[in-house]
Parts: sequence; structure tokens; C-alpha cells
Amino acid sequence: MRIGRWMRLAGTVLVLTLAAAACGGDDEGGDGGQVNEGASFAEGTTMARLQQEGAVTIGTKFDQPLFGLKNLEGKPEGFDVEIGKLIAGELGIAEDKITWVESVSANREPFIQQDKVDFVVATYTINDKRKEVVDFAGPYYEAGQDIMVAKGNPEGIGGPDDLAGKKVCSVTGSTPAENIRTNYPDADLTEFDVYSKCAEALKNGQVQAVTTDNVILLGLISQDEESFELVGEPFTKEPYGIGVKKGDTEFRNFINDTLQKAYDDGRWLAAWDATAGKVAPEKPTPPTIDRY
Amino acid sequence: MTEAVLYDAAGPRGRRRILIGSLAGGLLVVLVVGVAVARLAANGVFEAERWRVLTQGDLQRLLGRGLAATLRAALVAMVLAMAVGGLLAVARLSRGRWLAMPAGAWVELFRGLPLLLLILFLFLGLPAVGVTVSTFWALVAGLTLYNSAVIGEIFRAGILSLPKGQTEAAYSIGLRRGQSLRLILIPQAVRRMLPALISQAVTLLKDTSLGFVIAYAELLRTGRNAVEFLGGRYSIPVYVAIAVLYIAVNASLSFLARWLDGRTRRRLGRTVQPSVADEAA
Amino acid sequence: MDAVLDNLDTFRQGFITTLALTVVSTVLALVLGTLLAAMRVSPVPTLRAAGATYVEVVRNTPLTLVFFFAVFVLPQLDIRLSFFVFAVIAVTVYHAAFFCEAVRSGINAVGVGQAEAARSIGLTFTQSMRLVVLPQAFRTVVPPLINVVIALTKNTSIAAAFGVVELTAVATRLANANSDAVIAIFLGSAVCYLALTLPSGWLAGRLERRVAVAR
Repeated sequence: MRIGRWMRLAGTVLVLTLAAAACGGDDEGGDGGQVNEGASFAEGTTMARLQQEGAVTIGTKFDQPLFGLKNLEGKPEGFDVEIGKLIAGELGIAEDKITWVESVSANREPFIQQDKVDFVVATYTINDKRKEVVDFAGPYYEAGQDIMVAKGNPEGIGGPDDLAGKKVCSVTGSTPAENIRTNYPDADLTEFDVYSKCAEALKNGQVQAVTTDNVILLGLISQDEESFELVGEPFTKEPYGIGVKKGDTEFRNFINDTLQKAYDDGRWLAAWDATAGKVAPEKPTPPTIDRY
Repeated sequence: MTEAVLYDAAGPRGRRRILIGSLAGGLLVVLVVGVAVARLAANGVFEAERWRVLTQGDLQRLLGRGLAATLRAALVAMVLAMAVGGLLAVARLSRGRWLAMPAGAWVELFRGLPLLLLILFLFLGLPAVGVTVSTFWALVAGLTLYNSAVIGEIFRAGILSLPKGQTEAAYSIGLRRGQSLRLILIPQAVRRMLPALISQAVTLLKDTSLGFVIAYAELLRTGRNAVEFLGGRYSIPVYVAIAVLYIAVNASLSFLARWLDGRTRRRLGRTVQPSVADEAA
Repeated sequence: MDAVLDNLDTFRQGFITTLALTVVSTVLALVLGTLLAAMRVSPVPTLRAAGATYVEVVRNTPLTLVFFFAVFVLPQLDIRLSFFVFAVIAVTVYHAAFFCEAVRSGINAVGVGQAEAARSIGLTFTQSMRLVVLPQAFRTVVPPLINVVIALTKNTSIAAAFGVVELTAVATRLANANSDAVIAIFLGSAVCYLALTLPSGWLAGRLERRVAVAR
């Protein structure tokens, strides 16, 4: 009967479809780092739960050179990723038990609130608005907004005040873009979704400057030293924090303690040297942790 | 209307004019492309070093995984959208208002909302009412809602386009309405609308790229992240490679659509017009 | 909801940009699409092939990639324009292919007798297209054309990733700045889009019914 054939076909397609849906998912993992096997935590805390599960989910950027960037094997790398591994290690969780989740503006806070990630390390600037929704450990790094121009600085831009009337590029909705919008309204702000597009636009002469945190600009320059240069001094302070669920003070304190430990025993600096330190001219000093 | 009706078969002079025109037009195209290529070359777009990036096994595997993720989401969404779309068409054609009205509202609502926002709402909104949803299923659900509305309309048009005699014959041999739909009308409508359905599949496949907003790692997003990793100077080769992949997959789907169209035409001896206009979304 | 109300002015500017991008691109894409449709039914084989190739390539490429090529490859040809103009080019080039196919299906739906009559009174191909076939084709394809316009309206959102501050860019920016009101902000932008697409859809439905009566 014809309908029988149709139904069989539909059934086959459905089964194949479900199979296709089931076998998805990227496998993340690493080769193991420093793992604190003997850690013990008080009952009922987030730390105890994660240690028990032996696995952790961390939100980070996948498209941010030097901080959180997926390499061609599909593993994220960068300073944020190293900090994430460091915290996981203190919980007794090895690198290959970490699930990395891409953090974009639409999912960053919701994922923390819904426990889809245990914490977020994603060039995440601490500010009061965000503190209403999530809590921040750290800061673990303090960046500052700076300006990148074409090699030789043909427009003679020395600082943010020289941006008036110039086309300046940054990423849509990012903190540096908002800063330009509010504090330097005479600058002609152009926004893209990623910094590499800003760099291309600068190279093509479609914009005259790119502005964001200095370390991110250094990453762009390292990819094309013949075309770009940095001007002036950083003109803002951008403390990067680690986002955790609002009200989970014990977990926040634990991360703060872990950061302090890493500051003291040199692991923080080692993480820096292995990632962003490759292009940054000077070694940073660890920022003071804000235990609010 | 066949195209030949629009003009006479060209005579000797007409043919000569067409030949000259074609040659001149061809020459103009070659000239424009030549100038463009020369400019691009002068700007270093064709440097071998930039294009050699595509020979990297890592990058190829990465893009392969992205393509697999794209196809997976598209396949699941297409199957679900077909199922829901079929139900919607039947509901809209049913005589009960309490079935036809909600189905109509469903179509109007989900056809009018930008898919990007639909995906975002599902991803952010469902957890707010206690339903956890992964990135994959949020994307698939968004694609399903939107495409079920479009596909439902395609089915409905297909069923309505069938000669009335089909329904009457079904009733006359004693089939009930549901039976006649299931056994007589829907199988014919599906075959008739295959080209339009496959065109919609092409659209759906391209729309998986909207998963970027909730960080679903499909082909385009994977490629974009690879460009961030490699550096902006490799953006053109990587994006050209991605475009070629999309065009290859979609063109084979379109080819399938045309082949099926031709087959149906031969078998049924009448034209089936795919509703091309619905594809743009 | 406060986050939306406080930023009504920003929303308004984004809305105007989306509207401008939609209107300008629709007009240009309609012209280009009609031209392509005429090419695809013309007696000259090269024109037919060129039209078919254009449609086949453009229709199968995601709009984001068309945007990328417009914004980053055209400057390599030393073409320097504002990002809004690049966005107009990308949206126009992409949707012209869909307008073309809609118009072409309309041309195919015009009764054979119409074209035969046009030819029998001595009209040339161009004349019969312009005076007889296209005016009728447009009437038949108004509903599908409006569907393309709706799709175009929604698709302008891709411009957000390419330097144009339209509705979606505004929503992304505000969502980033107001993490406590993400859903409200995207809801606000959805309402703006629906304000553009729903009337078009309603118009399409009405025209569809009118055309159906006229036949």
C-alpha cells in the first residue's frame, strides 16, 4: 500500500533525524594542569558540589584574541581560559573535565542565572549595572581603553580628544564603545560585531581609528604589525571580573582566595606570560581584589 | 505561458544582431572582471600565502565540523517543520473554526517575527518559565516555528490546487474527511509542492547561520571565529571557502528541486509553480 | 520595561535607520530584480545565462556573506562608501534575486493570449514586455513581492554586524548595557519590526483576495 511506504519513509527520516540530533556537541578538553586533589569544602557550597561532580562549565569568549579564542582544533585559549583552568584546578577538576561555553551578550547573564555555567571569565568588565544581576569575583586584570591607528598615524591622533569628527570603530555594545558614545560624542562611532572587522576597516581606510581595551588592540597589532600602531596612554580603567551567581558569596570568596593565591605563587603571572604577555610590552601588576 | 511566446524566432539578421550583442556583452563582462581582478591583485588579495591557509588540515576539519553542525540543525528543523506544517495546513482547512483560527494566528505570528528574535526569545524566555533549553534546541525550535508557518502555507496551497474531483472521488468511495486528506490529498500535495518545499529547505539551511546570536557553532560562526584566530588578512579566503560550501550544498538541493519538478511535470503533464517568493526570509 | 522607555529616542533612531534601509533597498532591488527577470526571459541566450547565474549564486549564499563581500571586498577595488551605502548594496544585490524569481513566475502566469495579441499587433519584445506583460505580471505577483519585502525588512538586521546602527544594533547595545532587561529590550525591537511587517502582510492578504476576485 502506498501510504505504508510513505509512513516507513517518514519513520526512517525521523529516526535518522533524532540520531543526528543526539550525536552532536563539541568535545572540549585539554592535557591536564595543576589539580588540587586534596581540596575539601563545606557541605552545601558550590565548591563542594562541583568537586563532587568532578566537572565544571565555564563561559568565555571564543572570538577574543589573547583572552578567549577558539583555536583551529576547537579548543579555546587565552588569558581568560587560563584563569578558568586555574580556578577549576583549585576545585580538584582537571582541564579535560571543563566544558567551555561561548559567552555572548545574549547568554552571559542568563547562563549564570540559570546555572548553565558555573562562572564566566570573558573580558567581563565589572560595573554597577551588571552587579545588580550577577556577582563579580576579582578583578583579575585591569585593562584600559586605548586607540589603534594606521601605521605612521597619518591622522595625527594622540588621544581620545583627537577623535572628534573621525570615524572610530569598536564592537557593538561593548564598554569602550559606550564610553566613546557618552564621553566623546563628537567622534563618529562605527560598530561591528568583532574586532577583526574593525581592523580590516582601518586597513581599508574606512575608519581612522579602532578603540577598545589596550591588550585587545595589542593582539590585533601582533597579527599585522606592518599596518597598525597604538597611540597614547590608556584613558580608562576596565577591571575584568569573574561572574558568578548573585548571592553565592561563598563561591565568590573562594574564587577571590584562589586568585590571591595565584598572584602570590606566580601562577597568575605565568598564565599572563603564556598568553597576552606574548604581545604586551610590560608585565602587569595584579589588581587589588575587590571583596565587596 | 512559455517564454517562446514573448518573441519570434530570430531571423538571419536578428541572429546576427544577437551574436554581436552577446559578444559585445561578453567582452564587457570580461573587461570588468579583468579590471576588478587586477585591482584585487594590486591590493594583494591573491597572494598565495593568504590562500594557502585553506590547505591547513586543522582549518578544514574545523569548517567540516561547522558544516556538520549546520546540516544537523537544518535537518532536524526541516523534519519537524514539515510535521508541524502538515498539521497546520490540515487545521486551517478544517471546517471547525476552533481549529482553523488558532492555526491561522500561528501562521501570521511566526511568519512576521524576525527569526533572529524568535530564536533569542526561545533561548532566553523558555528558561524563565522553567523549561531548560540547549543552544541546539533553541535554534531548532526557532527554525521550526518560523518554517512550519511557511511550509504550512505551501501545503495548504498544494492541497487547494488539487482538482475538486479528487476530494469528491474520495468521498464517493466512502472515505471520511480525515481519511481522504491522509490517503488522497496530502500525498499528492506533497509531490506537487516538492520544489517549493526544497526551496524552503535551502532558506532554512541558510537561516541556521542566525544561531550565531546564541552562540551555536554552525559553519558561518565557526569560520568567523577561525578568522579571529588566524587574523583579518585571511578573512577573504576563509569566507570565500564558506561561500563555496554553502553554494555547493544549496545548489545541489536546488538541482534536486528542478529534477523533481521536471519529473513531476512529465508524470502529471502540468506545471508546478514553486512559490519562489517565500524563500527570501 | 524601564530600559525600553528610557531609551525610546535611541530606539526611534534605530527604527528610522531600519526603515530607510528597507525603503531604499526595496526600490533598488525591485528595479534590479525586474531587469534580471526580463533578462531571464529575453531572446538573447547570454543575457538569459547571466541572469540565471546571478540568481543561482546569490540565492544560495547566506546574506551575511553577501554583506561581508560588499563591505570588505569592494574597498579592495578602491570603492569607498559609507557603511549605510554598503548595506544598501548588500541587501539590494541579495533580494534582487528573489524579486527576479517572483516577477518571473508572474510573467509565466500571464495568459499566453496576451503576449500573442501583443505580438500580433506588431509590438517588439521590449514593447510587449513593457506595455502588456509586465503590468499584468506585477498585478499577479504583488502578494509574493510583498512577501519578499517582508523578508527584506527582517533581513536588514544583518546590517547590525556591519557598521550600521539600526534596530538590532540598538537592541544589542542596550541589552549589553542593561543586563537586567534583556528580554524587554528585544521585545521592544520585535514590536518595532512587527510594526513594519504586519501591515505589509495584511496588505498582501487584501491584495491576494482582490486579485483572486479580479480573475
